[in-house]
Amino acid sequence: MAGEAPKHTPLYDEHRELGARLVDFAGYEMPVQYEGIKAEHEAVRNHAGLFDVSHMGEAVFRGPEAEAAVQRLVTRDVSRLDVGQAGYCAVCYENGGTVDDVIVYRREDDFLVVINASNRDKDVEHFKENTEDLEVEVADESDDWALLALQGPEAAELLQGLTDAELSGLKPFRFLEGEVEDVPVLISRTGYTGEDGFEIYLQPDGAPRVWRRLIEAGAAPAGLGARDTLRLEAGLCLYGNELDAETTPLEAGIGFAVHLDKQERFIGQRALLLEDTQGLRKKLVGFEMEGRGIARHGYHVTSGAEIVGEVTSGTKSPTLDRAIGLALVDPGVEDWFEILIRDNPVPARAVPIPFYKRDRG
Amino acid sequence: MSIPDDLQYTKSHEWVRTEDDTATIGITEHAQVELGDVVFVELPEEGATVATGESFGTVESVKAVSDLYAPVGGEVVEVNSSLEDAPEKINDDPYGEGWIVKLRTSEEADLLSPEEYEKVVEEES
Repeated sequence: MAGEAPKHTPLYDEHRELGARLVDFAGYEMPVQYEGIKAEHEAVRNHAGLFDVSHMGEAVFRGPEAEAAVQRLVTRDVSRLDVGQAGYCAVCYENGGTVDDVIVYRREDDFLVVINASNRDKDVEHFKENTEDLEVEVADESDDWALLALQGPEAAELLQGLTDAELSGLKPFRFLEGEVEDVPVLISRTGYTGEDGFEIYLQPDGAPRVWRRLIEAGAAPAGLGARDTLRLEAGLCLYGNELDAETTPLEAGIGFAVHLDKQERFIGQRALLLEDTQGLRKKLVGFEMEGRGIARHGYHVTSGAEIVGEVTSGTKSPTLDRAIGLALVDPGVEDWFEILIRDNPVPARAVPIPFYKRDRG
Repeated sequence: MSIPDDLQYTKSHEWVRTEDDTATIGITEHAQVELGDVVFVELPEEGATVATGESFGTVESVKAVSDLYAPVGGEVVEVNSSLEDAPEKINDDPYGEGWIVKLRTSEEADLLSPEEYEKVVEEES
């Protein structure tokens, strides 16, 4: 995006006022941290944190063949979604490589597909190109929506204090339409942190008001830095790290979002079926560092003298106080390997994903 | 932004306290704020020799890896090994308990005065 002026979300002035450190992310000037990544991370794990994720994109599919269009594009069988239900899925190329990972919301009259900010133009083009023969309108409504994520064990209680909508019956991956402080919103029980929480979709002009009320009610503003450490502990993929055009959803470990047996064929289904039968070309593993050092995105994974993979994400886990990471490795790699940190092979051990699982009481 | 009068500085945001032939080195308040929560420090071996401008270790925050550059050449006589378990000392007390390394040096170092360093920080922000 060199040379282009950065875009701002409707909450830009709020971030400035809170003293956030702002960085360029997918063309937006976004808060990476306010108080500090560790403090914000802990606020989400123990209380409630509030993220501005308005940079995320929204594509809406309308028309008599909207369902057929979505079915063709995503790996999940969306005919199994009820109205008011959402599903996490991948969008693939014919060769099985990943265009994006998205959430599909089945609304009364249309489908809302939430896409990654960095993939917005590419996705919308892919959606339109591949559904030209269908009676469907694909609208890029990204600029018409603000998006807040309220996450943490205290999120439900906090949000319930500001809305008449009945949240206690709202199950994970379900959503409802209601109001917060007289602002119309779509509230979805989803998130990207491994905690209970909500994503709140609303009109941009109502966003500052809802943001301020949630903070007054006790939510800690949290930036993209904490969002990344939280999602990594929860073992959630980030497009551009675990997923890309060269990696299939099966390889990235999100097979649960792929319905290979779907009757209506989807783009990439044949390639994924073949890979499922013949075996994965690479696999995603979680690991902990056994030696000193922190693995980072792009570091090589080695076994003896051989390069056997690449780190997709790595950090020092604030919750576990250990260096953790995800890597895409050759399928035959065993449970012990090394991460090459500044030319130094440092031992690491494969561990189950997720690294952190919340206590559901 | 704290820039103590009794220290010298580098453009790469290290500070140096020179006492006789020993130079104590750390990173500045500005550097630790820019980095954010420090979670890992890689220190050189005691007895190692470093040249002026050479990378002798790294400081890592949650998000970023930052090289440490020797403001002056010399022999590593002591490292602050307490940072291995408590790297956050660099955030809490960058000019005190967060010191990183001590070098024995006979070289004349080309360093910035507090006033000159302040200008570097101002130009960056």
